[in-house]
Amino acid sequence: MQLLAMLFFVGLGLYDERDISIKGLDVVRKADLVYVEFYTSRLMGASIERLEEFYGRKVVPLSRQDVEVDPAWLSKAEHSNVAFLVGGDPMISTTHLDLRLRALDMGIETRIIHASTILPAVSGLTGLQNYRFGRSTSIPFPYTARGRRVVPETPYHVAMENRRLNLHTLLYLDLQEERCMTVNDGVEILLEVDRDRGDGLLGSTLGVGIARAGSEDATVRADRLEELVHHPFGGPLHILVIPAKLHFMEGRALMALARAPEEIVKEAEI
Amino acid sequence: MGKRKKIAERVTTLMDKPEMIRNIGIVAHIDHGKTTLSDNLLAGAGMISMDLAGRQLFMDFDELEQARGITIDAANVSMVHEFDGKEYLINMIDTPGHVDFGGDVTRAMRAVDGAVVVVDAVEGAMPQTETVLRQAIREGVRPVLFVNKVDRMINELKVEKQEMALRLGHVIDNINKLIRGMDEEKYKAGWRLDAANGSVAFGSALYNWAISVPQMKKTGIGFEEVFDYCKNDNMKELALKCPLYVAVNDMVIRFLPSPLQAQKERVRVVWHGDWDSKVGKAMAACDPNGPVAFMITKVKVDPHAGEVATGRLFSGTLERGMELMISGISNTNRIQQTGIMMGAERVEVERIPAGNIAAVTGLRDAIVGSTVSTEAITPFEMIKHVSEPVMTVAIEAKNMRDLPKLVEVLRQVAKEDPTLQININEETGEHLMAGMGELHLEIVAYRITRDKGVEIKTTPPIVVYRESVVGKAGPVEGKSPNHHNRFYIEFEPLEAGVVDLLREGKVDMKMDEVQRRQMLMGEGMDKDEARNLVNFFGTNMFINMTKGIQYLRETMELILEGFEEAIRNGPICREPVQGVKAKLMDVKLHEDAIHRGPAQVIPAVRQAVQAGILLADPTLLEPFQNVFIQVPQDQMGGAMAEIQGRRGIILNMETEGDMIIIKAKVPVAAMFGFAGAIRSATEGRAMWSTEFAGFEPLPANLLLEAVKQIRTRKGLKPDMPKPSDYLKA
Repeated sequence: MQLLAMLFFVGLGLYDERDISIKGLDVVRKADLVYVEFYTSRLMGASIERLEEFYGRKVVPLSRQDVEVDPAWLSKAEHSNVAFLVGGDPMISTTHLDLRLRALDMGIETRIIHASTILPAVSGLTGLQNYRFGRSTSIPFPYTARGRRVVPETPYHVAMENRRLNLHTLLYLDLQEERCMTVNDGVEILLEVDRDRGDGLLGSTLGVGIARAGSEDATVRADRLEELVHHPFGGPLHILVIPAKLHFMEGRALMALARAPEEIVKEAEI
Repeated sequence: MGKRKKIAERVTTLMDKPEMIRNIGIVAHIDHGKTTLSDNLLAGAGMISMDLAGRQLFMDFDELEQARGITIDAANVSMVHEFDGKEYLINMIDTPGHVDFGGDVTRAMRAVDGAVVVVDAVEGAMPQTETVLRQAIREGVRPVLFVNKVDRMINELKVEKQEMALRLGHVIDNINKLIRGMDEEKYKAGWRLDAANGSVAFGSALYNWAISVPQMKKTGIGFEEVFDYCKNDNMKELALKCPLYVAVNDMVIRFLPSPLQAQKERVRVVWHGDWDSKVGKAMAACDPNGPVAFMITKVKVDPHAGEVATGRLFSGTLERGMELMISGISNTNRIQQTGIMMGAERVEVERIPAGNIAAVTGLRDAIVGSTVSTEAITPFEMIKHVSEPVMTVAIEAKNMRDLPKLVEVLRQVAKEDPTLQININEETGEHLMAGMGELHLEIVAYRITRDKGVEIKTTPPIVVYRESVVGKAGPVEGKSPNHHNRFYIEFEPLEAGVVDLLREGKVDMKMDEVQRRQMLMGEGMDKDEARNLVNFFGTNMFINMTKGIQYLRETMELILEGFEEAIRNGPICREPVQGVKAKLMDVKLHEDAIHRGPAQVIPAVRQAVQAGILLADPTLLEPFQNVFIQVPQDQMGGAMAEIQGRRGIILNMETEGDMIIIKAKVPVAAMFGFAGAIRSATEGRAMWSTEFAGFEPLPANLLLEAVKQIRTRKGLKPDMPKPSDYLKA
């Protein structure tokens, strides 16, 4: 592949340094500079050192500040080839679109090297059909504003709306520097919002928790949310699905792949 | 001390009979004789020797107060007085008169039901008289009047008998005019002061005598006789025949309400919860068996007992070991001791029932203004004090090893005195303390060293400024760091009348929405704006003019936080902002909650507000003081020159006899060293006082220089910042 001065957005895939595509690997190995951003997503199975060793390149990590506020490194792509590595697919996080538009404004050519991302992985691991997912949403950690604890309610409302439309909801779990939200945390937050805003019955509905998608010990578990809140899922990253009514194939899959109790699946089937 | 113990015993037996209790405050302009009057009442109750009354200043137990001859802290005392063959309990609070300590008066008024207003017969109603009277009436506290220093009128002014009556009548009329102006309804309902019915007493606290019309009937001693006693320098005998404490205490018992009478109405003034609830009814009935409702009006750190919280118990009974809730605190506090105050001393008692002023230890989390209760209740109304800090000093520990202790001490001091604003900077170790004036800060600094044992260095006091806008700007666009959220905000000056409403605490976010809207519109605010008010900070408003924006509701707290951050440290030179109206006109939010969290929204709004203020014709406001000077005519020139030389404006001049009373307005920044200067300019013959007069724009020609000075002092780039400094691309 002929490389001109260009900015490549390279997806790293789901879990470790070996999830990159061969095309992506080519770009990384030939690029003049290689940057990586790990705050929108993380490759839990790989460290920067592992990436450097496997790709045979120096990999420079970028902070949120470097990506969003002051991307001075971007101008390097005016005269050289720059690979910007991102976990999952590079364009799922909306903030990278902003980066791409900035680059275009600077007259920099850009190209995307896609990679696997979590949504199809979830569909695959759970058997929940790709066609039936509604809007995705994220559950942020509650925060304190003006002395009061604030629990963002958007994820709850998105999930409820999807259920009304009989669609599954994929719920991304917050990632902060020091902590990754677990399925347990996420469910706990939804139940709290439900107690304040809903009918308080959310606990008895079906949820599916997925941990370490893309790794060899990926865990998938389906149960009532009030059970899921206690289930040990192990290390990060986690993600959560609140399914709609189940197609009978989906029901079978959840029992086979996610140890869903049969009576709950029967309740949830159309 | 045996004597005081005995009094404490009598006090305890009366505490259970609310109809026999009077909770009173003594209030006055500085030097009109509050503390001397209090001494007389104490002597009458047998707590100090009658010979010392007027000289001991028992209530000024702090040596600093005795040295300066003024009261600094409001001090409490409980005593027993006999009237018509029955014993009454009088819980009395003596308050400071100096304007720097006005916050103490305001807080004391929450604890009492009645006030003895003391006025100097010669000077009449002075600015602080008006202020303290207003504080009392706003709290629903009924006044009676003691006209003090009548002997001065006779012996110094050489007033004739007939003129004396006229002059005294004039003093009463002026006070009545004030009361009527503040609350016409109450005035008509019987709060009018009238010498004939006995709601006014006359006397001399220094010489321990007083008369009132009802007393005249008993003793046969009227104005004629008093005149002669004074002329003949026989006030000792007068004091024996007409002791001050009898006249004043009788007046207190007859005219000031018992907690049983007072609480029925006062609960509606001081508490805006549900009056038909259990606790609401218990407070109105002063019920000792109801749930505890206790409002803290004073916190003092005692070296032995720890923090002593004093306040008014409106309902329930306080006992040792009780677990009580404190407003705004999640865990409960346990009462260690309950007591009553005897000046500096706290006398322990078993229990304190509703209607009394109680001093308790163990409430570690309580601050002045806290509501303490057995069950979760609506907190009492905030205690409003209208003066604002106008001066700041920087404080540093002299010895490095005191650094951590100083922080601790400053937190305590802030708890004890809510009119102080303390800004702790643990990084630099240089802390800022803002107060009501030079004297206030000097006293606090002195006490930190003396009472808390921390040697400190303070800078000379610096005037506090405010930032504001004169023009309009916007919509100013604020972008979040991730570029996915945008906020469009317009800025303009808030209507002057609305600023006053906010400053005086007349509108808040808890009140009925329709009523609030009416009040705001009454001051000229647009109807839509009044309806869309989201919140205010100090005298700045945030209004949401958008409609139907999804997710805005859960983002609003963050928007407000960004607004508040920018308001607290203004963009011009990090002084607080005042009088700014910010209108949110449009918002673009990211679909996903994670991309519009605190790290995105707060800086976006903060930067828009900072830039917006700079775009809207920014200005600095400086604090002003009203200065009242009473000076003989031949010394008037010197006094006037002193005012005019300090950028002052003469507002009014009145002649009273051979004296001129000048009312002027002077920037606080120009008032440094005024005391010495006016003394030499008038050969020491001027009497003067000041009061806070609000903030006004700094003249344009002084603006840039002032900004530079403040910024340099704070270690900022000296030049006035530009909007682009705050708006990131």
